[in-house]
Amino acid sequence: MELITPGLGLIFWMTLVFLALLFLLKKFAWIPILKALKDREDAITDALTSADKAKEEMKQLQFSNEQLLADAKNERDNILNEARKIKEKIIEEARAKASEEAGHITASALENIRNEKMAALTELKNEVGQLSIEIAKKILQRELADPKKQEDYARHLLEEINLN
Amino acid sequence: MRRHFQAILKLFYRTLLVIPLFLFSPGVNSFASTQEGVNLNAANDSVFTKEKIEKKAEGFNAGDMIMEHVTDSHEWHILEMGHFKLLIPLPIILFYDGQLYTFCSSRFHNEERSYQGFSLPEEGPEKGKIVRLGAIPGGPGVYDFSITKTVLAIFISAFLLLVIFISIARSYSRNRNKAPKGMQSLLEPLILFIRDDIAKSSIGEKKYEKYMPYLLTIFFFIFLNNILGLIPIFPGGANVTGNIAVTMVMAVFTFILTTVSGNKHYWIDIVNTPGVPWWLKLPIPLMPVVEIIGVITKPFVLMVRLFANMAAGHIITLGFISLIFIFGAMNVALGYGVSVGAVAFMIFMNLLELLVAFIQAYVFTLLSALYFGLATIEPEHH
Repeated sequence: MELITPGLGLIFWMTLVFLALLFLLKKFAWIPILKALKDREDAITDALTSADKAKEEMKQLQFSNEQLLADAKNERDNILNEARKIKEKIIEEARAKASEEAGHITASALENIRNEKMAALTELKNEVGQLSIEIAKKILQRELADPKKQEDYARHLLEEINLN
Repeated sequence: MRRHFQAILKLFYRTLLVIPLFLFSPGVNSFASTQEGVNLNAANDSVFTKEKIEKKAEGFNAGDMIMEHVTDSHEWHILEMGHFKLLIPLPIILFYDGQLYTFCSSRFHNEERSYQGFSLPEEGPEKGKIVRLGAIPGGPGVYDFSITKTVLAIFISAFLLLVIFISIARSYSRNRNKAPKGMQSLLEPLILFIRDDIAKSSIGEKKYEKYMPYLLTIFFFIFLNNILGLIPIFPGGANVTGNIAVTMVMAVFTFILTTVSGNKHYWIDIVNTPGVPWWLKLPIPLMPVVEIIGVITKPFVLMVRLFANMAAGHIITLGFISLIFIFGAMNVALGYGVSVGAVAFMIFMNLLELLVAFIQAYVFTLLSALYFGLATIEPEHH
């Protein structure tokens, strides 16, 4: 019968010990342990969250870096393009100007040549006319020294005129 | 030879039958009387000699032996070999007729087994109980507050729990926010298991913290005592959680906590159970009565489950040991032969008991948590 009859003394001691154990363990073990566990979990959660945030920030930073780099590249290309264009334009302009100048120079040179030529020709014509008159005068003086001949010549001239 | 064989079979069946019969019948007396038939009057001076055999020249009594081991005692027997006995005498504390008596239990070691007018009989109906010599019926009773074997085992386990968990708490504060080390990492999964899978899931995120110290204490108290009960030598071997007084105290604590923390909703559900036709409540309050019985049944079941499981484990293991002696009493060689099988079964039972030790601690804690959860649940808002 003893097996299923709870003993009074045992109930007393068990209650006493159990209450003491509950109190002592609660105060010195369970509360610190549970608090430490909770703190650790919180710390881990915090660490993970901040790591995620840092990762996200890094990504953002990398992205903006790339953006910046791309912008800079674009800017450089633009500048280079512009410079090339300006260079070409300058060259083109210079070339145009040069050819125009050359055209001018050539034209004035030709004009000069022509003028000179004309002057020379006029002078030559004058000289030749002078000389011809001189020669003609001399020839005529010589030819026409003989009256006969004078006559023949006059005749001849007349003939010529008639033929025309 | 044939006659012997039949006797063995009969014995075997009886031993097996007796265990469940003993566990589930209210009359334990039937157990003792059945066991009387098992007594074997064999001339046994073999390897294992028991004190009783010498004294009364009687056979080995398995029932007595098992009961002696499973129930509480005023002495802690460690070893008995022939005339040599190794035992720890324990202090006796008695209240009788308004007076306090304290002495050592070894004072009873005399011919009359008595001291200062008290006696501790070794047999009879008052076996193992301290009685007043020449007490008249209806007179003052003897109130026994002795530090018995179970009480000492409770002290030892409480001390062990304090040492283990306070040192763990220290190591928690020492390596704050770091991975657990040593003992800490061994027990942390259990603590987390109780917190997350028992308390949080049964009581709820909001209120579980209040019950955590109690749940952790009962879990580790039961678990440690279950494990210590499996160790055959001092300081283990005491059947603490298989003692109904111990489980009763814990069940009563759970009951008190449940009752104290019961909110309005809990009590209204008991008095006016929802979802039940009105004629079950009026004019005869059938459902309220059933509910109130349920409130008392819950801790009662907690008490019986743990006690019966642990006591049964011890009894079965001791039953296997007894088989060796019963057969050994018939024939020494037979005893040796049976011991092989019995030891194999005992190993199996011990492994099973390891599992049971955890499961019963878990079940007691889980059910306590469930009762707290039921008592504190907030009514659903529709």
